[in-house]
Amino acid sequence: MEPILELRGITKRFPGVLANDHIDLKLYKGEILALLGENGAGKTTLMNILYGLYTPDEGEIIINGKSINCQSPTDAIHAGIGMVHQHFMLIPVFDVTENVMLGNEYTRMAGFLDKPKAAKQVRKISDQYNMQIDPNALIEDLPIGLQQRVEIIKILFHDAEILIMDEPSAVLTPQEVDELFNIMDNLINQGKSIIFITHKLSEVMECTDRIVVIRSGKVVGESTPEEADPEKLAAMMVGRPVELKVEKDLAKPEGNVLKVENLTVVNKNKKIEVDGISFEVKAGEILGVAGVQGNGQTELVRCLTGLMKAELGTIEILGKDVTNADPREITEQGVAHIPEDRQKDGLVLPIPVHDNLVLNTYYHKPFAKGIVMQPDEILENAEQLVEDFDIRTPNTTVSVSGLSGGNQQKVIVAREFSRPIKLLIASQPTRGLDVGSIEYIHRRLIEKRDDGCAILLVSTELDEVMQLADRIAVMYRGKIIATVDAAIATKEELGLLMAGVTTEISPEKRRPTKVREIVT
Amino acid sequence: MEEKQDSEKRNFFSILLEEISKSSLTIIILAIFTGLVLGGILAAGTTQEIYEAFDESFSTGITESLKFIWETYSSLFIGSVGNPSKMFSALFSGDSQEIRSAFKPFLESLVVTTPYLLTGVAVALAFQAGVFNIGGEGQLFMGSIMAGWAGWTFKGLPSIIHVPLALSIGILAGALWGFIPGWLKAKTGSHEVINTIMMNYIAFNLSQYLIIGPFQDPNESFKTRFVEESARLWRFFEDPLRLHVGFIIAIVVAILVWYVLYKTTWGFEFRIVGLNPNAAKYAGINSSLITILALTISGAIAGLAGAIEMLGVNFRAVQSLTTGYGFDAIAIALLAKNHPLWVIVTAMLFGFMRQGSRVMQINTGIPIDIISILQGFILFFIAAPAIIRTIYRLKEPKQTEITPQLSGPGEKL
Amino acid sequence: MEESTLIKKKKFQKAETTKTRQRIMGIVFLAIGLFIWFVLSATTPPEAQTLFVMTPGGSSVISPDLKFNSLIVLNFMAGLCVALGIFQIIKGFGKYTNIVLVLVGLMLTVSFLAWAASGTSINVGGMLRIMLMRSIPIVLGALSGILCERAGVVNIAIEGMMITGALVGAMMGSLFGLWAGVVAAIFAGGLIAVVHAVLSIKYKVDQIISGTIINIFTIGLTSYIVTKILQEREWQYLNESGIFMPVSIPILSKIPYIGPILFNHNIFVYSMYILVIVMTIALFQTRWGLRMRAVGEHPKAADTLGINVFRIRYVAVILGGMLAGFAGSYFSLGSAGYFNQSMTAGRGFIGLAAMIFGNWTPVGSFGAGLLFGFAESLATNLALLRFPIPSEILLMVPYILTMIVLAGVVGRSRGPAAAGTPYEKESL
Repeated sequence: MEPILELRGITKRFPGVLANDHIDLKLYKGEILALLGENGAGKTTLMNILYGLYTPDEGEIIINGKSINCQSPTDAIHAGIGMVHQHFMLIPVFDVTENVMLGNEYTRMAGFLDKPKAAKQVRKISDQYNMQIDPNALIEDLPIGLQQRVEIIKILFHDAEILIMDEPSAVLTPQEVDELFNIMDNLINQGKSIIFITHKLSEVMECTDRIVVIRSGKVVGESTPEEADPEKLAAMMVGRPVELKVEKDLAKPEGNVLKVENLTVVNKNKKIEVDGISFEVKAGEILGVAGVQGNGQTELVRCLTGLMKAELGTIEILGKDVTNADPREITEQGVAHIPEDRQKDGLVLPIPVHDNLVLNTYYHKPFAKGIVMQPDEILENAEQLVEDFDIRTPNTTVSVSGLSGGNQQKVIVAREFSRPIKLLIASQPTRGLDVGSIEYIHRRLIEKRDDGCAILLVSTELDEVMQLADRIAVMYRGKIIATVDAAIATKEELGLLMAGVTTEISPEKRRPTKVREIVT
Repeated sequence: MEEKQDSEKRNFFSILLEEISKSSLTIIILAIFTGLVLGGILAAGTTQEIYEAFDESFSTGITESLKFIWETYSSLFIGSVGNPSKMFSALFSGDSQEIRSAFKPFLESLVVTTPYLLTGVAVALAFQAGVFNIGGEGQLFMGSIMAGWAGWTFKGLPSIIHVPLALSIGILAGALWGFIPGWLKAKTGSHEVINTIMMNYIAFNLSQYLIIGPFQDPNESFKTRFVEESARLWRFFEDPLRLHVGFIIAIVVAILVWYVLYKTTWGFEFRIVGLNPNAAKYAGINSSLITILALTISGAIAGLAGAIEMLGVNFRAVQSLTTGYGFDAIAIALLAKNHPLWVIVTAMLFGFMRQGSRVMQINTGIPIDIISILQGFILFFIAAPAIIRTIYRLKEPKQTEITPQLSGPGEKL
Repeated sequence: MEESTLIKKKKFQKAETTKTRQRIMGIVFLAIGLFIWFVLSATTPPEAQTLFVMTPGGSSVISPDLKFNSLIVLNFMAGLCVALGIFQIIKGFGKYTNIVLVLVGLMLTVSFLAWAASGTSINVGGMLRIMLMRSIPIVLGALSGILCERAGVVNIAIEGMMITGALVGAMMGSLFGLWAGVVAAIFAGGLIAVVHAVLSIKYKVDQIISGTIINIFTIGLTSYIVTKILQEREWQYLNESGIFMPVSIPILSKIPYIGPILFNHNIFVYSMYILVIVMTIALFQTRWGLRMRAVGEHPKAADTLGINVFRIRYVAVILGGMLAGFAGSYFSLGSAGYFNQSMTAGRGFIGLAAMIFGNWTPVGSFGAGLLFGFAESLATNLALLRFPIPSEILLMVPYILTMIVLAGVVGRSRGPAAAGTPYEKESL
């Protein structure tokens, strides 16, 4: 059978990096092909080339036997390619119909929009694939799972035959991921073909027909779910044998470090994001906060670190009330914060590495005497930290924008770990990082825990939470819906909790149901 | 052996050339040069005599144009710096009268530079904190008129008290003028660009009202009284040289601002807020406070500029048109990449040009507004260095520049 | 799994803070009512009559005047405001609060006029007519700003484009006639906009810096030309364009009260009406408008759908520049008949404030522009009434008003999300 899509010898260079190295790829009609690789392997670049957002330096794209030249997304759309991006390309203030028809609008004469006609078409597609989307809803009112479906409707509206989905499950609960897979099956049954980009091994095993592994810009292996096993795939992704589990001893928690009671946080549109939650974190333990993005975790962290106000409730650190204290006071209590968005909150990109390393301690001795800063001390400190934390940088005076994502995160970790801390709040600490950096940060987190630090780990990567945490609190709609012991929790359970379901688990499971604290 | 030496020499030379072509200093110099060329063409193109010369013949036209442009820029130079031959002969002769008149242009340029220097520093400081201060003009007006008021209202004070007092009142007035838009931005998010411009118009109207109203000189209409002798700034030389101690004050302020910005924790915080307000919050810096401080201090420095102009140069206020210091200060700050020490250089550039243009206007009839046009050209090329690079076929540097973040309209910090 | 699939809106509880705004509004209404009662009414003698002349000077259509007892009207207004205030505090008007606010504002204005003119007369019709004329540069400036910002490009060079349009209009108008002047002004505005567009779109210069450079350059250039050329005796004829005369619209201008106020103007006012309507339709009902707004909100999304972000921005900025040039020509060809450097007096910036106040919509900007125009018109009139406040102070009113408006409004509304950021391709 002839492939519906073929990539031959695709090569793309960016300054300093060879993102795609003579990649060959075939996609057959009616199949789901997984493109597997770790962050930074070159998968998204490859798909951006296919979709016309980048032009390849070498190589060709062949669709249905004809070589096509994708100079822009318009060409790709004409060729029947559609892409659902990792970060949605939707306009929040427009409604579903406007977003869907943008670029291919239905018009009456003289360019006047024909919205009713387009809305009808949207409803038709939605019903065809059982997506339950209201054409008149505003995007900003829709939850993320539904927004993703709008993206799919959008590319179907533009008559896509080949669908590219870039890390679609990053923002979904395990149940929503199942629903997504159902929709994908529907699409296949209607004759579409799908390329599915991911770095999650489990999904790849569940829903795809073929797997292609990419590492450092090259295709390093091909397999099918039947033949492959996760460890071999992981090894192909990373290029060396990979420990899928983190080694750790049992935790020895003692004494409350962080105590939160009845905390309520409201955002600027007056919506309640954190709804009266209470929990504690003890010294020497990791409390993981699991949940799908958007259930209040971001606001919780921002409130705990002084970046957002608490409407109600109290926060105590080692007995001291720090509710609504400003960030500096909280830092002074021995709290460290690895922020969710490192480039936005955690670093000042244009300034040198050594300045970033004292970003929240610059006013202390020895970095400043009174108000006069001491450049020698700052430099010395930077040299030391770069060595201790193995930060790859030509020197400490370059601006931190030149470092890779992993090294930028290491700068933040180095900075936060380099002062005596009692509580570490880590929010998505390994988002977007390569496996090596992920391993490194996981190791240091466990080390810190064993040193007696209390750690609050907030992450949407369920695997990460399950591996690292000693206890897991699941947030749903601003409440902690349950707190479970990590050693015995299962992914299915946690998935249900993340979706808000608190019923007992089904009797077929042989392990007894355990007592959960249901916090309202 | 010889070949190696040759290739070494070539390498050194070509490397030097490459460095020069990549350097941003080159861009600035070329931008100024290109601006001057374009300005010269414009000046020639709007002068009747040039067209008449072209009517005669093409070559006469070209020679006339070149002569004209030369005369324009040389009178600009002589007006700003002085006639070098006159200066040398005056020094040799030792006659104090001669020396004074030979060096008058240069010293006068320094006088004109002073307000540019201060307003430039004010704008640069605000920029570094991520705030746009277009209100330099209004702050300067308020500083000027309030310092004047202090100057003519208090009688019988010794200089050593009167001068600092009057300067302080001017500084406070400017600070207030900067504080209001700063506070509005921090508390309501309303954009400081429009607010500072509005404050300019309010200041202008207010000071006009004061001049023909409560502050009017009982003997002369539409002018204020003169400030007392005790409030006037000390001058270094006798008439007709006007160089006053305000120039030194301005230099000191520039150095002070540089020191604070780059060597102290306060300055560090300012710059972080300008580069990344989110990270600033994370680092425990109070962004709102910094914004308000930035505009207030910026206003204070601009107010000082006005106070110095009043107490050092004008000694009274007169109904007048706007001066354009506000926008010029922006150009000065941008050209200096917001670095206070470089502002000294760029302010001198503008000051000298402004002073020289007065002489130029007398000699060639070119209005002083051509300076604004020149500034526009130069800024255009500085803002888009790629254009200069294309024109002169230069190479691109590797590292990108640091630019502070200026927030959009309606963004709260 | 019913819940997740049938979710239409996020149903988080809304906290109870709208109550505070409601109370503040109520207090404002109450305060205005009390102000009218205790300040205005108290200083009005009971027998004083106010005459609102409703016929603008020079109008051929006569509208009946409104003559009334000042005190009665003032007390009525005061009472009504107080009642509305109390109602607002206790119950609240909900989504009609803004309309009531406008109503109370109108009542305050009428009361103020009635009070200021008690015992004498004031030509309200004329004042309203002038309000429309004064609002032209502000509304047109705001429309220009909308065109640019809705596509994502902040344009603070409207002032510079206006002043250039005014000069070019005056000169070309003197040479070749009024219509030629207008066309030339439009062309000049567009040309300058090209510079702004190239700097900010192609070279990704910060849009505010780019706008400032243009302002510096154009203000300098226009001053230069005035000093070098137009002030010379021999070239004076280049600065005597004259103005467009008002034209009455046949039937509409005969409508009592509003006819002579709205429909007896020169082409600039009529263009303003037409442009507001046309732009509203174009922005929200056409494909071009949808794409432009998409580019201003989320250019990356538009790009991935094959829309040419750069071209749309170029077109928007150039059109905006042309509009600004047209607005500028109003000063010379529609109002003064010649050019001088201080004609625009910051109206380009006030236009931007009107745009923000009007929430980036043409109709909203029209309303906001009328407000500013009214303030200016009122200031002139008060001067005529020999009001005890000096004219320079009154001249400050539009600027102070701008600042108040910006402070009160901006917190709540937001402009196009991507405005102010240069668009970079290949940065996924």
